[in-house]
Amino acid sequence: MDLTVGPNLFFWEAATVRAFYEGLTTAPVARVVLGEVVCSKRLPFWQNEIAQAADTLLSAGKAVAITSLALVTLKRERKATAALAEIGLPIEVNDLTALQSLPKGQPFWVGPLINVYNEGTLRWLAARGAVRVCLPPELPLDSIAVLARLGRDLGVSVEVWGHGRLPLAISGRCYHARLHDHAKDSCQFVCGLDPDGRDVETLDGQKFLAVNGVQTLSQSTASMAFQIEALREAGVTSLRMSPQSADFAQICVAYAARIAGTLTAADLAASLIAKVPGGRLSDGFVRGPSGAHWSGTATIGNHHGL
Amino acid sequence: MELVCPAGTPAALRAAVEAGAQTVYCGFADETNARNFPGLNFDRDEMAAGVAFAHGRGAKVLVAINTFPHAGAEPLWHRAIADAETAGADAVILADIGLLAHAAEHHPGLRRHLSVQAAAANPDVINFYAEAFGVKRVVLPRVLTVDEIAAINREIDVETEVFVFGGLCVMAEGRCSLSSYATGQSPNMNGVCSPASHVAYAEESGGLTARLGGFTIHRTAKGQPAPYPTLCKGCFTSGDQTGHVFEDPVSLDATQLIPALARAGVTALKIEGRQRSRAYVAEVARSFRAAIEAQAAGRPMPKAALAKLSEGQAATTGAYAKTWR
Amino acid sequence: MIKIKSRHPIWPQSALTALAEDKMTNLTLPHLPRPLALAAKAMPLAPLSLLLTRLARQLMRRNPGLQRRLGENARCRFLLDLTDLPFLLLLEPGGATPRVSAISRLRPPAHDTRIAGLTSAFLGMLHGSLDGDALFFSRDLVIEGDTAAGLALRNAIDDAELDLAAELSVMLKPLDPLLACTLPSVERLSGLALHRMDRPAGAPL
Repeated sequence: MDLTVGPNLFFWEAATVRAFYEGLTTAPVARVVLGEVVCSKRLPFWQNEIAQAADTLLSAGKAVAITSLALVTLKRERKATAALAEIGLPIEVNDLTALQSLPKGQPFWVGPLINVYNEGTLRWLAARGAVRVCLPPELPLDSIAVLARLGRDLGVSVEVWGHGRLPLAISGRCYHARLHDHAKDSCQFVCGLDPDGRDVETLDGQKFLAVNGVQTLSQSTASMAFQIEALREAGVTSLRMSPQSADFAQICVAYAARIAGTLTAADLAASLIAKVPGGRLSDGFVRGPSGAHWSGTATIGNHHGL
Repeated sequence: MELVCPAGTPAALRAAVEAGAQTVYCGFADETNARNFPGLNFDRDEMAAGVAFAHGRGAKVLVAINTFPHAGAEPLWHRAIADAETAGADAVILADIGLLAHAAEHHPGLRRHLSVQAAAANPDVINFYAEAFGVKRVVLPRVLTVDEIAAINREIDVETEVFVFGGLCVMAEGRCSLSSYATGQSPNMNGVCSPASHVAYAEESGGLTARLGGFTIHRTAKGQPAPYPTLCKGCFTSGDQTGHVFEDPVSLDATQLIPALARAGVTALKIEGRQRSRAYVAEVARSFRAAIEAQAAGRPMPKAALAKLSEGQAATTGAYAKTWR
Repeated sequence: MIKIKSRHPIWPQSALTALAEDKMTNLTLPHLPRPLALAAKAMPLAPLSLLLTRLARQLMRRNPGLQRRLGENARCRFLLDLTDLPFLLLLEPGGATPRVSAISRLRPPAHDTRIAGLTSAFLGMLHGSLDGDALFFSRDLVIEGDTAAGLALRNAIDDAELDLAAELSVMLKPLDPLLACTLPSVERLSGLALHRMDRPAGAPL
């Protein structure tokens, strides 16, 4: 089992992006997905970093892919999606729009925002050229096991959401702009103010969600700290590490140690709680009554209602 | 334009057809459809009888099999497609790629519509579904403006169907796990959003509090309209702001946009609400049939008369107007 | 009312069509008229329970779809709080022998789901003239406890296309002529829907 770094979901300044990917050259990660997945309006501010980051990471021996947008509606978004095939990196499809412009037979990756829930879908995607699939975070362990087994037979590497705030929804509406009383078209890029998303609490102060532009994330950071053995047993080959603003390379080192057996689940969880935004973890989608549920006991902060 | 009405029960199907629906959509009573609510939906015999009733009056029946089959349990969904065909359904409404591929291969004569749960939001992806799976009609996600719908229709060969009334998903449909994050049950996997089984109401100081999976969704003071305890329409706090962060508890009413939707090349107008009563279905079907006939005759659209049926007792034109975003 | 702490409300009022002045919105449900309320007050609860239980059993027998749609929820105890009646009704549809008990408001029974609203709201839903969700939105109908069971009951009843007047005339066969001439005037004077209000679809009128 290895680590795959997913595309950065947040809107960071170009210099921050550069430093982030430079920091990954020595991190124990096998591959990195670059590009903008959440909002096409952000891309002009940092797209020049992509080629540089790809070069740096490839020279460091990492595999690199480029993601499609998660929701493609505008003409320029369609053009940008069609142009992905010309970049020369494998495409991670996060909206099926990208498949329409991808030459048949060209191998591609499938991201967690594509609904791969069952064998029929995995089989169809594999026949179309999928070689890696990161399953939707919502899937329970039973489904993961069935799909990982089939993936092995089909020659498709199956990955699951390993660490990071969960991408729960995507919308045509921008919640960051709405919270700042701006229209989406004149959003003033307020999502850049919150490098890990903006927390949303219930009326009773329960930590619940986080908004990230048009995307809604979980407030908790999902972590497979306690599920490594079960996932390995199920045939999962890689864990997706979703970028966060603080200590990300260190976090990757800790997961690698956990996979290698030199760090316990409890020690990994304890170290994560101090590092993740909001200080809360979850793993309930994989094995729990609901996505927000957490198997571990080591927590700080309040756990209303859970 | 074709009026497509919801039916959660055989009684609602009959009410819809009698009230002027040209087409009714419904589902089987299990996890294969996205309105898998207690006491709702059709068994196999009811489906066959419903189709016969509709066909006898010149109406069509579409069967929604629009959840995503569970790994290891695909036969349940495959049976639903076969049984819809046996019952005489005019089309199945599907969202899952694997299921579309299965239907195209094993039931080539059964017309396939793309569910809104597939959230196909641009011409490229619609053409992808049309070419790969022979989809004949696409139900458009509720994130598009009327101009965008017109632009889409210029670039595709398949029919489009759009929602004009009822509950409004603020998220791209079929790509939302908010419900399962709070309750473990999701639209994609279980055909339910914010399920009643996980809702608890409590009278508290400040009003009636609705909780979903333990998370407070809203608190309504006496005399205020009560919304569904739907997560994305909840009242939350972020920083110094408290309010409906995602969407107000309102529902869609696009009656006034029917002429514009006709000009945009839309084939069918869809009413949401398979969970609603036959009284609702009949009233909305009557009202929209009249509006469609007015449109065809070039008369002005009737004034909104359905407010009392709407969540929040207020209506929005949603994403059809660009300001919504 | 939710207090908005920021200076600007975060929802765009412009996108909302305020429909408060709409006549349909302000449609008020009739309360039980005084004479009927007084009559109800005088009604002995034990015989009333027997009568309602008989009616419920007949309904379930004549409409097998009710039991099927209730499924597991048939085992729930539904407290029907018709707020303009002097007593409560406990509906236990479970098993082969459904039961309805009229119970004093002073001794509310244990239950799984409570549904509360005016008699006219219950009868309107039963007879296909009112929508349960719309009554919920306007808070003319309140549901507490096991809301999934409440939904199942509502959906089962909606599909059954019940007609209380017809059921009563079956149950009280000898009194049929009397009912036939009194029910319409009771209905007219009280504003209550005592028979199916939507046209029986596919059935001869």
